[in-house]
Amino acid sequence: MALDDRKSEFTFVGTRPDRPDGLDKVTGRAKFGADVSAPGMLHGAILRSPHAHARIVKIDASKAEAHKDVKAVVTRADFSDKVPFQPGLEGEFWNVLENVMAGEKALYDGHAVAAIAATSALAARDALKLIEVEYEVLPHVTDVDKAMASDAPVIREGAADYSVPEGMHPNVVRYHESGHGNVDAGFAEADLVIEDSFVTEATHQGYIEPHACLGMLGNDGKGELWCTTQGHWIAQKTCAALLGIETSQLRVTASEIGGGFGGKTTVFIEPVALALSRKANRPVKLVMSRSEVFRATGPTSSASMDIKIGMKKDGTISAAQGVFRLQGGAFPGAPGDMTAMCAFAPYNLTNVKQIGYDVMANRPKQAAYRAPGAPMGAFAVESVIDELCKKLGLDPVDVRLKNAAHEGTQASYGPTYERIGLVETLEAAKAHPHYSAPLKPGQGRGISCGFWFNHGGETSVSLALSEDGSAQLMVGTPDIGGSRASMALMAAEVLGIPYENIRVTIADTASLGYNDVSHGSRVTYASGLATIKAARHAVERLCGRAAAKWGIPVDAVKWEDGCAVPSGPNAGDFDPMPLADITADMGATGGPISGHFEATPEGAGVSFGTHIVDAEVDPETGKTSVTRYTVIQDAGKAIHPTYVEGQYQGGAAQGIGWALNEEYVYGEDGRLQNSIFLDYRIPVASDLPMIDTVIVEVPNPGHPFGVRGVGETGIVPPLAAIANAVSHAAGVRMRQLPMSPPRILAALKDNG
Amino acid sequence: MSKFHVSTTVNGDAVEYLCDPRETLLDCLRDKLNLTGAKEGCGTGDCGACSVSVDGRLVCSCLMLGVEAEGKQIDTVEGIAEGDVLHPLQKNFIEHAALQCGVCTPGILVAAKSLLEKNPSPTEEEARYWLAGNLCRCTGYDKIIRAVMETAEELREAS
Amino acid sequence: MVEVHLWSGLRSLTGGQQVVEVQAKTTGELLRELVRAHPQLQAPIDAGVSIAIDGRVIATGLTEPIPEGSEIYLMQRLRGG
Repeated sequence: MALDDRKSEFTFVGTRPDRPDGLDKVTGRAKFGADVSAPGMLHGAILRSPHAHARIVKIDASKAEAHKDVKAVVTRADFSDKVPFQPGLEGEFWNVLENVMAGEKALYDGHAVAAIAATSALAARDALKLIEVEYEVLPHVTDVDKAMASDAPVIREGAADYSVPEGMHPNVVRYHESGHGNVDAGFAEADLVIEDSFVTEATHQGYIEPHACLGMLGNDGKGELWCTTQGHWIAQKTCAALLGIETSQLRVTASEIGGGFGGKTTVFIEPVALALSRKANRPVKLVMSRSEVFRATGPTSSASMDIKIGMKKDGTISAAQGVFRLQGGAFPGAPGDMTAMCAFAPYNLTNVKQIGYDVMANRPKQAAYRAPGAPMGAFAVESVIDELCKKLGLDPVDVRLKNAAHEGTQASYGPTYERIGLVETLEAAKAHPHYSAPLKPGQGRGISCGFWFNHGGETSVSLALSEDGSAQLMVGTPDIGGSRASMALMAAEVLGIPYENIRVTIADTASLGYNDVSHGSRVTYASGLATIKAARHAVERLCGRAAAKWGIPVDAVKWEDGCAVPSGPNAGDFDPMPLADITADMGATGGPISGHFEATPEGAGVSFGTHIVDAEVDPETGKTSVTRYTVIQDAGKAIHPTYVEGQYQGGAAQGIGWALNEEYVYGEDGRLQNSIFLDYRIPVASDLPMIDTVIVEVPNPGHPFGVRGVGETGIVPPLAAIANAVSHAAGVRMRQLPMSPPRILAALKDNG
Repeated sequence: MSKFHVSTTVNGDAVEYLCDPRETLLDCLRDKLNLTGAKEGCGTGDCGACSVSVDGRLVCSCLMLGVEAEGKQIDTVEGIAEGDVLHPLQKNFIEHAALQCGVCTPGILVAAKSLLEKNPSPTEEEARYWLAGNLCRCTGYDKIIRAVMETAEELREAS
Repeated sequence: MVEVHLWSGLRSLTGGQQVVEVQAKTTGELLRELVRAHPQLQAPIDAGVSIAIDGRVIATGLTEPIPEGSEIYLMQRLRGG
């Protein structure tokens, strides 16, 4: 049978049907992490360090253990001692273990030191007070620049990997340097060189659902775990390693997930619930409070950055250089490498050099947050480009178009781009009515481009046909934003049966092979590609069955509009055989018909976006209002355009929060000062305008339908676009995020 | 600590439970009555994921004690649909894709229903301010506000 | 022979070379040959690398063919949110 590998005309793809889980989610029926219970279930609670950095001298849990309501107490000793410490990210299991439960030292305010399982949530919370911990408080550091200084307290010796140049402070644990050309020669060619420094604070992913799980582990090493996660296979693998059990003996089921944005790509409480369960021999439910979420999960990195860009009078960038220092908490992993590689990626540069540092400080272990590392770099770089445009009297879109990367450009991070859509987004921005709309006095307009790599990742999908001609599709990537709808659309497209006849399930770890996490904007790309291939696999078998029924060779049958048909006039004269006619008696014609895909799709296709923002600054209060916002982004091919728009709007809204309000505030004592939503203020409905979207479609050559991931790129341009708008509105360049009212007032005052 | 016996009405049904005086109405709804539609997003009344209606008034059930429900009429997301007929807000939230992860949706639906009962013709600004107590991290609120405004129009046309 | 472009942070492990020539027809051979020529590259490879073949980023596969004369970049393995 013949199958076109690439497709550009679609029946189902590109339509906007209701999502399959819609009814459950508007009636309160959908089961999220904290929504389940089990017979005999205990409730867990975690004791957390009040100190930013302290040696744990002694933990005395005897009073807690003696309490009648308490059924188990665990500390680090209850986890595996076989997890090796290794430098950098090579020892990530050890890093996660150390974060899940402190070893010799508490490394940040909120670091877990012990946990209790008791007969009720209140009893567990009360019993935490019975655990006595003796701390020896140590000097701490929370600021990235101070953490790199020679007098900074050392968080952990030996955490630096091979990449760190000699002579750096032990808190610098990874180093990245890349680029091409000769930046010094490039700067010499420039008519104007601007060098400037920028700072961004850590922000939290801010998902509304706190981490929650229900774990059961017996002393036979067999367990069950229900949890809210972006990836239940990584949870399975990590929990097994941390508890010293076999991976396959732990079955993990992903609940409905109430937001993740990267923050639920690892484990925090899951191994603790399992350790408590193993000790108590009863199921244990653990649910974080919001304050625990802020103090001990996420956040993204804070950053300090130096940018130098040279431009000719005609707008050509002659050289660009950036140094990006990212603080990632008390563990290796801050994405300084990603920041460096993404920062200049939108541009076609002859001379470029970027350096990234991964720096440890006494803060929670950073977690990925939507295009991790990219938004900060874009903020710094696009601010300098804006300033160059202003000083040289050039249009900011024209300058970006002049320098825009395209197919064949050598990327700032090395390789040559395949077909990409940046130019198309810039042209759409230039043509958009927003870009030419008049501004009112006191308003400013900013634009920015943004880049993200996108990711493929290990993917397993199974598709099984039922006798009545319906299909069940099992995917392994938790659905955070409507992906079950996209999967069903892609399967419908290949099978030629209606969208409604396909039931998509997020399978548990016992039902499919390994699946990488729902991250890296990979779900619609990779699980989508896997779905298409699994459906094609099923179609091959359907054609084979039809061929057998007709008594003609299998290569004389092709698949059209949901039916097997003879591939040509020589194949024979048969009426089209619909899918349901083939499945109706499949048990008697050769058995069940299913399709599978297990591989790592390679070819995710990089993604670009351009944002336009209007902002108004109140000079009396320093408050900024975003008055108009337009997102333009390349989706490759939008499978369900409404949910693509949703990703664009959500990314922009999170970017607005990051730019204007959100920040981790630490006191002199190293404790987090704003660990509730009242004080860590994310955008509310009355803060935002409608967010307009333009979906550009430049097909990704690496996907059968042309899909590029869309989840992350939308948060890359907003910080810079808003900073540029605010800087124009306020008449002063803003170099530090968030641009909160006090900072704007201070900048206005400094500017006279 | 001894528990209190509470008799109350939830979504029209008479219910009873025993609760610790420190337990919130949200805890009682979720853990004692198995109504897990209302969510705890913050426990401090900032996110609105636990929104319910008490005697017709919109409240954060995490800020009200379970014992205070004695003799009240409580309405939750589970009671918005009438049998198998969805409320127009529920229908429009699905059609307008006004949810992504869906964890804030129960609270937002309860709050939006309360808005439309009090103000059948809200302006966009009024809708945005009314819903300012309900955090959504996924959508940027655009499609939520559109779904609410569309519902208001439909309900006005129907009445 | 194919030329493998390294990121400049790796120069300290290859005696200052940023472009390394190896004999390889697949991504797996390429990684093996890189380590044979420069044993210190084992650490960054263990920490996770991707290989860009003519701009297409291969994250994991060891059997991807490497056409003669193709452009090869070694990149740090990507992570996402």
